[in-house]
Amino acid sequence: MMSRLQTESLTLSYGQDKVIDELSIRIPKGEITVLIGANGCGKSTLLRSMARLMKPESGSVMLDGKKISKLSTRNIAKEMAILPQGPSAPEGLTVLQLVKQGRYPHQSWLKQWSEEDERSVNKALKETNMDELAERPVDSLSGGQRQRAWIAMTLAQDTDTILLDEPTTYLDMAHQIEILDLLFHLNQKENRTIVMVLHDLNLACRYAHNLAAIADKQIFAQGRPEEIISCDTVRHVFGMECQISADPLFGTPLCVPYGMGRCIGGAMQQDGTA
Amino acid sequence: MKKYLPIRFKNWFSFLLDWKAFLTIVVLLVLTLTLLIASISLGDMRIPPLDVMRVLFGGGEETQQLVITSFRLPRIIIAMLVGMCLAAAGAILQGIIRNPLASPDIIGITGGAGVAVVTFLAVFSNENNALTVSIHWLPLAAFIGATLVAFLVYGLAWKNGVSPVRLVLIGIGISTLAQALTTLLMIVGPIYRASQANIWLTGTVYGSTWDDVTILTPWALVLLTATFLLSRNLNLQELGDEMAKGLGSRVQVQRVGLLFVSTALTGGAVAFAGGIGFVGLMSPHIARNLVGSAFGALIPVSAFIGAMLVLAADLVGRTVFSPLEVPAGVFTALIGAPYFIYLLFKNRNL
Repeated sequence: MMSRLQTESLTLSYGQDKVIDELSIRIPKGEITVLIGANGCGKSTLLRSMARLMKPESGSVMLDGKKISKLSTRNIAKEMAILPQGPSAPEGLTVLQLVKQGRYPHQSWLKQWSEEDERSVNKALKETNMDELAERPVDSLSGGQRQRAWIAMTLAQDTDTILLDEPTTYLDMAHQIEILDLLFHLNQKENRTIVMVLHDLNLACRYAHNLAAIADKQIFAQGRPEEIISCDTVRHVFGMECQISADPLFGTPLCVPYGMGRCIGGAMQQDGTA
Repeated sequence: MKKYLPIRFKNWFSFLLDWKAFLTIVVLLVLTLTLLIASISLGDMRIPPLDVMRVLFGGGEETQQLVITSFRLPRIIIAMLVGMCLAAAGAILQGIIRNPLASPDIIGITGGAGVAVVTFLAVFSNENNALTVSIHWLPLAAFIGATLVAFLVYGLAWKNGVSPVRLVLIGIGISTLAQALTTLLMIVGPIYRASQANIWLTGTVYGSTWDDVTILTPWALVLLTATFLLSRNLNLQELGDEMAKGLGSRVQVQRVGLLFVSTALTGGAVAFAGGIGFVGLMSPHIARNLVGSAFGALIPVSAFIGAMLVLAADLVGRTVFSPLEVPAGVFTALIGAPYFIYLLFKNRNL
């Protein structure tokens, strides 16, 4: 497995609380990796640390075999983009002005709009279908369009690797699919390496080539979703009973949780067991 | 017409010109020049605009020359520079604090500079009301006062980051404290210019000299240029720390640098015109309504608006109630205070 980004015995904590303990993971190049886990399991923290937004207590994040703490933040920004959760743009900033800022690591005081900048920004706008909306203020857009604008910005950064922290939060189902389709398309067409945190296990199974389930401050399981997702995995990672079947459209693992609810003819019993 | 024009020279210079912003700057330049001529022309002695032009290009009658070059011109230049400095300082603060309510006077930086200036005047004057050290040190004193307060407010407002409302509240507190301190210093200190100092604290460019102009001009030009060059980084600061860092900016270093430039601009302005209020708050807002929130256009547009605000306030102050001189700061406060309340109301959910 080819890998540019990896962590080595990474330990992360908030004050006294250890969130991730000696975790090592290799991110396969050119694939979509999705981090899943229960609330507060440290998956977002891990992602932020990989993007150098958080200092490790010990261990390191390696990019192309070098510790990212030794690389200049600007050079990292040419190789790896991060879209944090719920970013906000200043009032009145237009989509174009936002996307342009993705070129920051490639620019300097004198070179603020090279031909390469122009090409990258136009391409990013086109790929995200934002070219028609380029002159609109970001704060006037709908949730899905706004997220596409931010993704366009990270695309303009022209990096091999893109990290996204819950890119689908606050979006309705149709827009979630739209964003994930876009990312999948980028991965397929341009071979970009994508690492993201997702909450929806079923969508994670559908889009991820590589799934990493975080539990007990460690990687509990990593691999193709169809290889690692089982009732046991879900029980351990989410503390929940479920039944795994195949997605009728995609054939990827589909997790149906046990619990209460209206039962109109399935296998579920009134006491919450099947 | 196309909205943008890429300007490139070989491989080492390029930027994207926004036509709307460019035209706005041209219009503002023309308006500022018109106001400048009007300002020189109006006063106790009216000088027709054509004569004004004649004097500016080295001709004209002797009395007109005297009135213009000795009295009006230094004052008008100081008014413009002060307006530009305050506006740019406000734009920077609003960017790095990510808060539309931030401005040097509201968060107390102007007040800090005021205390430092009064202290400076009290410590370094003799019985004859003359300074014992060069007036050239005055902006430095103001700058030190401004910086101390800036870091004090920032530090006190810090609690896992700086929340806008905390910052404004603490700033208003510190600002009131600074005013009280200034008044105290004026009453108890061996100051022989108390009444003058009082007018000056409201903010006025009355009595500006060519000496003042030669000190403030390089100070302002260097800092305004720096602000313009840093506008790229300001744009990033506004996206939030994580996003800015992810894009490869050294966020904390740049923030301290920007805060430094902002306080230096405020210090320079306060040293020569006192606490002319609300210019740093209003100018960036008006500019944002004209050209949007990208700083490359916002900084120059704010600067022109600031220059016009102070110029207009001074013009009204010295002509409408003539022979009385009303400090320019009274008029900026007169429109600024309601504007601030309107902004507070508009941003009540922050």
